[in-house]
Amino acid sequence: MRTGADIVIEGLKKAGVKVIFGLPGGAVLDLFAKLYQAPFEFILARHEQGATHMADGYARATGKVGCCVVTSGPGATNTVTGLATANMDGIPLVCITGQVPSSMIGNDAFQEADTVGITRAVTKHNYLVRNVDDLPRIMAEAFYIASTGKPGPVLVDIPKDIQRATSDMPIPDEVNIPGYKPATAGHPKQIAKLAEAINRSKKPLLYAGGGVISANAAAELTALARKARIPVTTTLMGLGAFPETDPLALRMLGMHGSVAANNAVNTCDLLIAVGARFDDRVTGKVSEFAKHALKAHIDIDPSAIDKSVRVDIPVVGDAKAILSELIKLVEPIEREEWLAQVAKWQKEFPFTYNRKSKELLPQFVIEQIYELTKGEAIITTEVGQHQMWAAHFYKYTRPRTFLSSGGLGTMGYGLPAAIGAQIGLRDQIVVDIAGDGSIQMNFQEMVVAVEHDLPIRVIVLNNGHLGMVRQWQEMFYGKQYAASVLQQSGRGRVERIKSRRPENYLPDFVKLAEAHGARGFRVTTKEEAVPTLRKAFDIPGPTLVECMVKPDENVYPMVPPGASLLEMVHSLA
Amino acid sequence: MKHVITLLVENQPGVLARVVGLISGRGYNIESLNVAPTQDARISRMTMTVPGDDRVLEQVMKQLNKLVDVIKVADLTKRRYLDRELVLVEVAAPPDKRLEVITLAHLFGAAVVAVQEKSLTVQIVADQEQISEFLELLKSFRILDLARSGIIALVRTEARSSTD
Repeated sequence: MRTGADIVIEGLKKAGVKVIFGLPGGAVLDLFAKLYQAPFEFILARHEQGATHMADGYARATGKVGCCVVTSGPGATNTVTGLATANMDGIPLVCITGQVPSSMIGNDAFQEADTVGITRAVTKHNYLVRNVDDLPRIMAEAFYIASTGKPGPVLVDIPKDIQRATSDMPIPDEVNIPGYKPATAGHPKQIAKLAEAINRSKKPLLYAGGGVISANAAAELTALARKARIPVTTTLMGLGAFPETDPLALRMLGMHGSVAANNAVNTCDLLIAVGARFDDRVTGKVSEFAKHALKAHIDIDPSAIDKSVRVDIPVVGDAKAILSELIKLVEPIEREEWLAQVAKWQKEFPFTYNRKSKELLPQFVIEQIYELTKGEAIITTEVGQHQMWAAHFYKYTRPRTFLSSGGLGTMGYGLPAAIGAQIGLRDQIVVDIAGDGSIQMNFQEMVVAVEHDLPIRVIVLNNGHLGMVRQWQEMFYGKQYAASVLQQSGRGRVERIKSRRPENYLPDFVKLAEAHGARGFRVTTKEEAVPTLRKAFDIPGPTLVECMVKPDENVYPMVPPGASLLEMVHSLA
Repeated sequence: MKHVITLLVENQPGVLARVVGLISGRGYNIESLNVAPTQDARISRMTMTVPGDDRVLEQVMKQLNKLVDVIKVADLTKRRYLDRELVLVEVAAPPDKRLEVITLAHLFGAAVVAVQEKSLTVQIVADQEQISEFLELLKSFRILDLARSGIIALVRTEARSSTD
C-alpha cells in the first residue's frame, strides 16, 4: 500500500518531471518527506510567486511541463499571479498545493484558504482531491490537461490526510475525460479553402503568435512563409517563431509594433493569424484592424475564433499539423510588388533611437547585449518599457528564446523565469532584461541563482521611474507624474514625502546583488557599457549590471490606446 | 434576447461554481438556473436562461465548452424544444374568494396543493407563456409568496436527430 504522497511522486515520475520548484510548509510536509528521497532536482524558491515563474520560465524555455509544489493558505495564494501569468500565455504548469486536513476544510483552520475557489479563474483546470483513490487518475489528468490543447496551468490541491491515506489504485496509462477532447488536425476543407485564398492573394500577411511556439510549429511557419513568399509579423508572444533576420520578417505588430508590420496589417488583402488571439494590444481599434483583408485564423482554441475580430476562414486545430498541410497546397508565387512595398517600409522605418546621443540610452544597452551574445541568448524580461525595447533591439531567430509575460503583464516575472530557463538549459546564455521598478518585485530569488551557481545575467535599465507609467502620464495624462517616480529627487506631490537621502537612486542594485551573493556592476556612461557588460558576461556565476539610463526616454512607435494602427506616434518632438 | 442553454456536466462538487463563475466573471447574468442528475448518476443536466445577443451567447457557449467538466453545451433557442417550469404560489384567498382562485387554477391545469385559513397554495407546471399569463391573472387576488424552479428543457427527439 502506498500513501497519497507516494502517489504524487509516482505521478511526477511517470509524467517525466525532472525539476520541481517550490517551498515547503505545514500542510505539505508529508509530500516533502517523500521528495527527500525522490530523484528530482528540487529548487527552493524564496517566495511561491517566484516558484511559479521559475516553473513557467522552465516550461517556456524547454517545452516541458513546469512543476511546482507549495503549501496551503498563503503558499497557495502566493501562486495566484504566477498561475494567472501562465494561464494568459498558455504555458503548461502543474502546481501541487497542500491543504489542511479534509475534516478541517471550511473551519477557517490555520493556513487554510479555498485554493480551488481562488484559483478557478486563473487555471485551465483545478482539483481538490477528496479521496485518495482518485489521486492516481488526477495526477495523470493534470499533466494531460496542462500539456494538450491550448496548454495552461493545472492545480492539484491535496489535503494533508489524503497525502497520508493509502491506495492501491494504479496511475492510468491513458486519460479519458468526457468533457475534454482537444482538437488536433484541422478540417481538410478549411485548410483547402485557406490554401486557395493564399494562392489567390496578392498581398498576404502572416500574423504569428505564441501558439506557434507552443505547438512547436516555428519550422513549419518559416517553411510556409518562404515557399509562398508571405511576410511575417509576430506578436510579443510570437517573437522567435520566425527568424527576425529574414527579409520576410516585419517584426512585432501592434501598440509598439514596427511601422512595416502595422502598415502591412492595414494594407494586406489576406491576414493569416496563426496561434494568435487578436489581443487589444495587437489590434488597436478593432473595427479598423486589417479592414481590407480577408481574415483567416488558425488556432487550437475554438473560443479564440471570432472572439474580438470576425474571421472569414477559421481553422481549428494544431498549428503544426495545419501548417504542414498548407505547405503542400500553396504555390510558390513571387509577389514582387507586395514584397517591394514591404521592404520599403522596413528600410524607411526600422526600430530606431538617437544613436548620436552622448547619454546612456536603454536601447543602446540592449543592442550591445545583442552583439555580445551574437543574438543567441535566451532573453527574459520584466514588464514595461524595457520589455518593449527588448522586443525591438534584440533580434530573435529561434523559438523559446524570448520569455515574457505577454497577456497578464506581470512585473517581477523576468528574474525567476531566467532562473527556471537556466535550470532547464544549463549551456545557454540567459539574460533578464529588467527595469528598476519590476526587478524589485521578485529580487529575493537572486539567492536561488547564487546557490545553484547559475550564470544568469540581470541587466537593470535604471531610469529611476516606472517608465511605462511615466510615458503614459507624459503622453495622455498631462505630464502629471503621479507615483511613477522612483528617483529620490522629483518625488513628492502624491506621496507627500521629501527625501532627505543623499542618494538619488534607491536601492543600490549593485550592493543588493552583492548582498545576495551575486556580482554587481554599474554602468553610468555609454563608454563603460561594452567593457562592463563583457566583464559581467564572462563571470561564471550570476551577475547584475545596473545601467543608469536616461530617465525620460520613451518607447516608439506607439499606437495610442484605442486608436487604429494607422495612428502611430513616432516621437513627441 | 433570452437564450435557453442546457449543459451536460460531470456530477461533481465544484462544477456548478465553475460554470456560474465563468458566466458571472464575464459580466453576464443568469436569469434562471436548474441542476439535477440525469439517468446516468455521474452526469448532471443544467438548464439556464441567459439574456444576451447571439454574439455574446456564442462566446459564452465556447467558453463553457472549454471547461473540462462540461461534457456538452447546447443553445436550445434555435431548436425545437420542450420547456417546463414548476411554480408554487401562495395567493390570498379568504373563504369568499376561494372558489374564484380554484376555478382559475383549473382553467390553467394548475392544482391547489395546500389550503390555509386565508390563502391557497397553487402549483402550476407549464411553459413560460402560460405561467406568465397565470401569474398575471393571480395578481388581482394578491400573491403572498412565490417560488419558481427555473426552466428545464429538452430538445425534441426528431429535431435532435436532424441536427446532431
